[in-house]
Amino acid sequence: MAKTIVPIGPYHPLQEEPEFFSLTVEGEKVVDIDVRIGYNHRGIEKLSEMKTFDQSTFVIERICGICSTSHPFAYTRAVEDIISVEVPERAKYIRTIIAEGERIHSHLLWLGLAGHFLGYNTVYMWVWKLREEILDVMEILSGNRNNYAMFKPGGVRRDIKQEDIPDVIKKLDSIIPSLTMIKKAVIDDPVIHARTKGIGVLSKEDAINYAALGPTSRASGVARDVRKDAPYGVYDKIEWNMIVTKNGDVFDKVIVRILEVLEAIKIMKECLLTLPKGEIDLNIKDIPPGEGIGHVEAPRGETFHYVRSDGTNRPVRHKVRAPTFMNLPTFKATVVGETISDATIILAAIDPCYCCTERMAVRNIKGTKLYNGEDLIRLSQEKTEKIKRKMGL
Amino acid sequence: MSMKLKALLKSPWVFHLSTGSCNNCDIEILDCLTPRFDIERFGMLLAGSIKHADVLLITGSCNRQSVIRLKRLYEQAPKPCLVVAIGECSLSRGLFMHSYNCPVPLDKIIPVDVYIPGCPPKPEAIIAGVVKLIEKVKKEKVESKK
Repeated sequence: MAKTIVPIGPYHPLQEEPEFFSLTVEGEKVVDIDVRIGYNHRGIEKLSEMKTFDQSTFVIERICGICSTSHPFAYTRAVEDIISVEVPERAKYIRTIIAEGERIHSHLLWLGLAGHFLGYNTVYMWVWKLREEILDVMEILSGNRNNYAMFKPGGVRRDIKQEDIPDVIKKLDSIIPSLTMIKKAVIDDPVIHARTKGIGVLSKEDAINYAALGPTSRASGVARDVRKDAPYGVYDKIEWNMIVTKNGDVFDKVIVRILEVLEAIKIMKECLLTLPKGEIDLNIKDIPPGEGIGHVEAPRGETFHYVRSDGTNRPVRHKVRAPTFMNLPTFKATVVGETISDATIILAAIDPCYCCTERMAVRNIKGTKLYNGEDLIRLSQEKTEKIKRKMGL
Repeated sequence: MSMKLKALLKSPWVFHLSTGSCNNCDIEILDCLTPRFDIERFGMLLAGSIKHADVLLITGSCNRQSVIRLKRLYEQAPKPCLVVAIGECSLSRGLFMHSYNCPVPLDKIIPVDVYIPGCPPKPEAIIAGVVKLIEKVKKEKVESKK
């Protein structure tokens, strides 16, 4: 059968950064995949070198709106590594609270989009409604819904007010029943089983070989989490479980994320209840020459920052490695061999927050057949319908 | 005001384009569609294709990669097409003013009708911005009749 190339992207209207995928298909089956990134390049590493150490956190925050805590967290840890200081206890707690809040909203965001790709718009709307509660919590704690600007080398910028804590805990508690309901719905739903079980399997060997990170690797049975392996913040003082599943398919990735949200709520609540009193900032004045690294577990995996200082008030070199960079190549192992209608959800499963709609076209060699992104989502949703009918639902 | 523009204002379909943003504005746009804000009650709907769109919502700092594609998309959009710049990046490039990859702000590339500032703007601000855009176009209609 003739090979066909399916170009996906770089622009798709639902959301997220532009990126380009070209799927080589034989009929319905994907035989090869190629990735091209760089449509979102803004020269952040260079910009960071133009700013002072304190200002850099604001640039770093805007690497990614969803990981707007993980990047500054890793960066401040790298700067603190240069000076070799420990931040005050209260600052550590506040940092952990904000980081977990980000994990909750990021995973919920992904869950909603995954529901949309599968043709479950109810899941999408429900989950995003829950997510609003978390954004409210973040607004109470930091003053903004998305870019929190809480981090600075040596501590945090803002304190958490004691009188806000009961409200926050009440809001966190209020989403647990709905989340548990969604968890049950996902685990019991036969259609979701049919669409996601055994689809896009990333085996444990592949996860290790491709150096997959975060929920992508944990779903494949690789127990790898910076929060456990090299504890930072207060993750070593709090009881929490690392969620690891065995199969590595899309279903397991969904489960890992849902359970991680519940775990994150637990961590956040415990931090809020045991928040110690004290300083929140070290007031660092000078950064000595040297180099430092910082890594934290972002919602998508390990974020890694390297900073070099020459004793002035600006970093000489700042290197960022985001988790999706490591997770993208796993498509070679997961998408190849699957059908186009499953490609959408598999590409989404590593959570590059990827939704391919606009300017996505399938052409056969003569150029007679043309699908756009909407058609592909439609194909995916039609498959769900077909499975539903087969099951007599 | 042309018949087309009049029809457009009843139910403006929006198309969203990220020209190198950090996703925050994009997610806030999506947030507008979800139950808390529910922009659909104003007849606004996120269109999947530029060919169906009446209003372009543009986020991001217009980097070199996206400028070419932005122009091409604007050409493809059926006219009249209204353009809304969302977020600090597309207004003035904000933080990325001195970046080597973000040469010019959005309004130097294509004409912009409404600017919504914020990093990111809240969904309320986005809805208010689009409502102001509709009011602005209606006012122009009244003035042109005089």
